[in-house]
Amino acid sequence: MQRRALLTSAVMFTAAAILSAGNTYAANDVLKIGFVGVTSGPAAAWGISNQRSMEARAAWLNEIGGYEIDGKMYDIEIVAFDDQKDPKRAIAGMEKMAQEGIHYVVGPNVDDGAAAVRPVAEQNGIMYFPYAFPKALYTAPASNAVLGMVANYQSGPAIYKHLMEANGVKKIAFVAANESDPLSQRDSGVEAAKALGLEVVSDSVTYQVDTTDFVPVILPVLKTKPDLLVLSGVSPANAPQLIRSARELGYTGLMSTETAQDAKVLQEGAGDLADGFISVGGASTPELASDMMREFVDRYTKMFGEYNDESNTKVYALEYILETIKAAPAGMTDVEVFKATMDTFEAPNPYMVGDAKLSYVGSSSFGQKRQVAVPLVVNVYKGGAFETMFVAKVD
Amino acid sequence: MEQILANGLYLGAQYALIALGLTLIFSLMNVLNFAHGQMYVFGGFVTYTVVAQFGMPFIVGLLVSAIALAAIGALIEKYLFRPVIKKSHREESTMLLAAGIAFFLDAVILLIFGEKQRGVPKIIDGVLNWDFRIIMPYDRILIGCLAIALIIGFILFMQYSKAGRAMRALAQDRVAAQLMGVEVDRYSMIGFATGAMLAGLVGGLLVTITGVNLGMGGPTSIKAFLMIMIGGAGVISGAIAGGFILGMMESIGLTVLAAYGDITYLVIFVTLMVFLAIRPQGLMGKPWG
Repeated sequence: MQRRALLTSAVMFTAAAILSAGNTYAANDVLKIGFVGVTSGPAAAWGISNQRSMEARAAWLNEIGGYEIDGKMYDIEIVAFDDQKDPKRAIAGMEKMAQEGIHYVVGPNVDDGAAAVRPVAEQNGIMYFPYAFPKALYTAPASNAVLGMVANYQSGPAIYKHLMEANGVKKIAFVAANESDPLSQRDSGVEAAKALGLEVVSDSVTYQVDTTDFVPVILPVLKTKPDLLVLSGVSPANAPQLIRSARELGYTGLMSTETAQDAKVLQEGAGDLADGFISVGGASTPELASDMMREFVDRYTKMFGEYNDESNTKVYALEYILETIKAAPAGMTDVEVFKATMDTFEAPNPYMVGDAKLSYVGSSSFGQKRQVAVPLVVNVYKGGAFETMFVAKVD
Repeated sequence: MEQILANGLYLGAQYALIALGLTLIFSLMNVLNFAHGQMYVFGGFVTYTVVAQFGMPFIVGLLVSAIALAAIGALIEKYLFRPVIKKSHREESTMLLAAGIAFFLDAVILLIFGEKQRGVPKIIDGVLNWDFRIIMPYDRILIGCLAIALIIGFILFMQYSKAGRAMRALAQDRVAAQLMGVEVDRYSMIGFATGAMLAGLVGGLLVTITGVNLGMGGPTSIKAFLMIMIGGAGVISGAIAGGFILGMMESIGLTVLAAYGDITYLVIFVTLMVFLAIRPQGLMGKPWG
């Protein structure tokens, strides 16, 4: 009897010691945020900049003790899934997020992937932040998707109008890859150009994404002698080759795209021939960047070796998710609370100087606030780097 | 028209070089090397690293690509294909192995070289402009000529060298060649290494024009298979013919059919289906294999 009592006491003491130790050194709870997007293949740079932005910011937050929500500290864990730009894999990725109990997912990066995951996200109470432009995703009755960047139908008209006024552009031509994103971006670009009174001289030429020689592709477009050649939805892998082919064939007009590009990829692939190429940049410029944005760039560069200008935009999605949950802690597991908060949500924008705010926009494009507010920065490539052409506001 | 022909010849030369490596491996070992495109990509990244990262001349990059891919090819043949071919008489075993190697190489490329598009600066500046009838940058002309020189070199090697004759004998009749004293294992390895080296060389050549990225492997393999289906699997002259025919079809299609959207490859595939229904062994292949 005495022996049993001794054993019982020992077990209880050990258990108490373990529990008290657990209390003393308790790690933060973990808040998982998902990423489903393309991190391999020709468009990998789009998704990689998303994933790395999230991982760099999460590592930073965890290093300083976590992120405080409702008086409690959380470590942020990024759960990433490469959808390889394949809608079937994007669905599998979103299902994986649902299985892991994740309610907030950044991505997918392209139109068909973002459209494909919609039913999974809606059935499983997941808010997702695509970098894809179909209006149906953000317009009622849809309510779970939040556009993570400036859409091409918002940036395109701004670029064309600027070039009409500054460069006297009158004739415009479009070339696009034979894929859903570039084709839909081309169509909305054509619509916007016509609405502005531009003459569309070519809009039927398309190409395979795995094209290795763009000379035959671009030749019929250049014969129409456009003032502005728009590479609709062009991937970072194809942009240098198209630019190079056009310049080598003697084209001296302007070239632009509404997608984000990578300066190093342009430099390696097209060199000086890419000078003057206009693209939508990351949502920051040296004039706009706060100390926190500069520190983010430093940390990202140290973590991954090189920075991608597009991450100036991609850093925002995670910040919006965390700040909105902070504003309405019940939203951590209930996306309906999150949605209700979006209409009135406002927080200081840590990545911009001055009194810039984080807030949701999109009312004029989608009839509801389903877009993160980031500045529209239009860049021009010159000598291996992007220079700011102009900055505008959306919505 | 002159421009279409020039584009077709340029495309055809690079395609033929890609198809040669694939058809060599097929003819020697009866292996459909699905990893051929990944070897091409690997070669491109090696050249990129040597030229753009280490600042060495382009020709050094090409040589390093050729050596690296030949070594990889030899190792793959010796340690992967050879044991599988000896242990299994089912053709799908080598096909599955090749597909596995393709995925493996994709992962290795991602780990070593990253996900981004890479390219090296133009090796020659300037553009040939013949009265606006043919416009062709000098670097494309040089790469096209180098590709044709490599094809000629390869044909001469296969025709007149001891190793080339041994490999041709192996391709014609493996058992008879063995009975005549040809070292099957040795020349299979040399053949696989040569095929991989050719893939690496084209990757290295084209990194100056098209750049290279992780996603190019699969589509490159598909095009290479198209070419050897047109020309006849396992026949060197067929691979060359297939390469030039595909290049010319692509060039003509992209120009003539441009107004109808991106239907060039649709037309090529339909034409190929009809062609294979009439002549399944390809232009120069034999019906019995």
